[in-house]
Amino acid sequence: MNTRRMTRAAAGAAAAALAVGALAGCSGSSEPDPTGTGGGENVTITWWHNATSDPLQGLWADVAKEFEDAHPGVTVEVTGYQNEELQRTLIPNALQSGDAPDVFMVWPGGEVRAQVEAGHLKDLTEVAADSIAELGGTVKPWEVDGKQYALPFTFGIEGFWYNTELFEQAGITGTPETLPELNDAVEKLRAAGAEPIAVGAGDLWPAGHWWYQFALAACSTETLQTAIPALDFTDPCWVEAGELLQDFVATNPFQSGFLASSGQQGADSSAGLIANGVAGMELMGHWNAGTIGSLTADGVVPEFLGWFPFPSVPGTAGDPTITMGGGDGFGVYKDAPDEAVELLKYIMSADVQKRFAATGAGIPTHPEAADSVTDPNLKAIAEGLAESSFVQLWLDSALGPEFGTPLNQAVVNLMGGQGTPEDIVKTLEDTAASL
Amino acid sequence: MSTSVIQAGPAATAGPAPSPRIRRRTGQGRKWLEIGLFAGPALIVFLAFVILPVVLAAVYSFFNWNGLTPLERFIGFDNYVRALTDPLFLKGIGNNFTILVASVLVQGPIAIAVALLLNRRMRGRGLIRALIFVPYVLAEVVAGLSWKLLLSPRGGVNAVLESIGLGDLAQPWLANPDIALWVMFGILSWKYLGFAILLMLAGLQGVPAELTEAAQLDGAGWWRIQWHITLPLIAPTIRIWVFLSMIGSLQLFDMVWVTTRGGPVGATNTMAVYMIQYGQTQPGFGSAVAVILFLISLAVALVYQRFALRRDLAGATTSGVR
Repeated sequence: MNTRRMTRAAAGAAAAALAVGALAGCSGSSEPDPTGTGGGENVTITWWHNATSDPLQGLWADVAKEFEDAHPGVTVEVTGYQNEELQRTLIPNALQSGDAPDVFMVWPGGEVRAQVEAGHLKDLTEVAADSIAELGGTVKPWEVDGKQYALPFTFGIEGFWYNTELFEQAGITGTPETLPELNDAVEKLRAAGAEPIAVGAGDLWPAGHWWYQFALAACSTETLQTAIPALDFTDPCWVEAGELLQDFVATNPFQSGFLASSGQQGADSSAGLIANGVAGMELMGHWNAGTIGSLTADGVVPEFLGWFPFPSVPGTAGDPTITMGGGDGFGVYKDAPDEAVELLKYIMSADVQKRFAATGAGIPTHPEAADSVTDPNLKAIAEGLAESSFVQLWLDSALGPEFGTPLNQAVVNLMGGQGTPEDIVKTLEDTAASL
Repeated sequence: MSTSVIQAGPAATAGPAPSPRIRRRTGQGRKWLEIGLFAGPALIVFLAFVILPVVLAAVYSFFNWNGLTPLERFIGFDNYVRALTDPLFLKGIGNNFTILVASVLVQGPIAIAVALLLNRRMRGRGLIRALIFVPYVLAEVVAGLSWKLLLSPRGGVNAVLESIGLGDLAQPWLANPDIALWVMFGILSWKYLGFAILLMLAGLQGVPAELTEAAQLDGAGWWRIQWHITLPLIAPTIRIWVFLSMIGSLQLFDMVWVTTRGGPVGATNTMAVYMIQYGQTQPGFGSAVAVILFLISLAVALVYQRFALRRDLAGATTSGVR
């Protein structure tokens, strides 16, 4: 090879190498993980969960240790990963590589369905029948075609986390029960110099939840129950949801710069603005107390934190007694050893569930553990959950993994004044058509 | 340079004279073994981690695939059509090219000017050089988070503006869709200017002092010397910097991801950010976006090499021209 040709090849290769860097993002890096394969006496079970801070991380470590003690020869390798990272990158890669963890976090609705249809999850209907029976109705979102593929250890509903002190200073009595009352509270908070509502629209999904809630208000329960599985968005209520949100955004209820705020990271995130007393309220799921607590100066959930459910919207078809929520479940890999199912049963046992409730990290799913919830806000959520005539699963989870980003982006576009209610429905239809 | 002439002397006389090739002729095999041993490992790594992923991404891009199931739903060019008809992705491409052009036009002249300034003997030169280079050394995430906090509506920049009586200028810098891209460009310039200046300074080291001295003796002014002697001599450096800057602009991801995630309302979206946001749950579609990004980058790189870098890489992509 002469010099000229070598140089040419090298330069071409260099150009390709520079251009190709971007592709690495999609080539998928699989996380090496030792997976337990039942080999005689000694079994190693890998368990991936989404708790990256105490108390929950510590509780899961204790549970793993206790399981090892009760089952000689069994080793449990338990690791907590950041929630979205775990669900969107680590687990799909591990499943794809065939070297999956034995017990891992499974999201409900369309998420569990996608994993089941790809044949990655063990059918728990028979092997964990007792646990399923004990947990009752909350297991439904993890059911696919009548079979149970994962079990939730926590389940809760969404509502407003608010600053009772700011509400008092602004002269708001009680909590808003209807949309006009919410508008009124927004005005009073604004007048009192507070940011009325914090939303982390930069992360997309926290903004998306506003549209989900208005969809719950606009659509009848029957429409929700039929349209979502059928991915049929022809009912006018889906457009109405966007119109309701558009009208609400026009009242300027959100913090300055909400389009770029993140939901959970840092003092300037929506949760951070609640934690440091800048904003009056935030629409968020049942996990929010922990998030807010981790963003205060002393790392403790602030005293002033209160909770109330999403207000009803007068003049709409929606049933005001339905709520939206979701939970965290664990599933078992199809080739996992039998001990993995035993571990899952132990995690879901009344004893562990009571201890989980006592940590204040969330609302347990086991009925016997309900009384162990001591945190007043979690109690309020548990009450709201108990009083719900129907709990709609988070719309993005219910629709399936492909819907989250496009739908939430369309909602943010509307909130940023660059999209219409019809655009959101069109996005849903386009996404459904691309499946 | 003058020193290289001196080095040539001792090298020729030291040690025994190089023997004429007395290697035994064992045929072509020996030659290929050598090539294999030297180039083999690098070639294998290159094929496995560069070429293979490109090919795989190209394959995935023709499938409707959620990353969980086997590859079985072939859909032809549908993913490409979907990406290229999505206004958000088109906006991302536009943003990439806006950053590219702005980087070259704005950062380039500033970097050259600062480098010329720092190339003189002056008090505190070392300190200034170090300070200018600090942003480039900072981790992208650290820098991004710092800017995110500073530029927040309740952040340091607005607080400073208000305290000096310019409260009217205070605004949600990264949350205003009209200006977010230019704020992003400002952050990127702050981050990467140091690298450009460093490259230019290195280029300036290669400009022989004799030439400037000779020009001075001939009565040329400072501007004339820079324009006719310094700039032409550091042109190869400038051209390489432009190349790196273009590729970096096209693949822009981390700073945007940390500060805005492509928001607000897609104002700072780039091709790579779009790929991650939409490709994560649909790797087939994400691969199509990746291939588009790859082809655009490759095309820009090749065109630039063909027309701008040919003087520096004579014969590389331009054999037959010269």
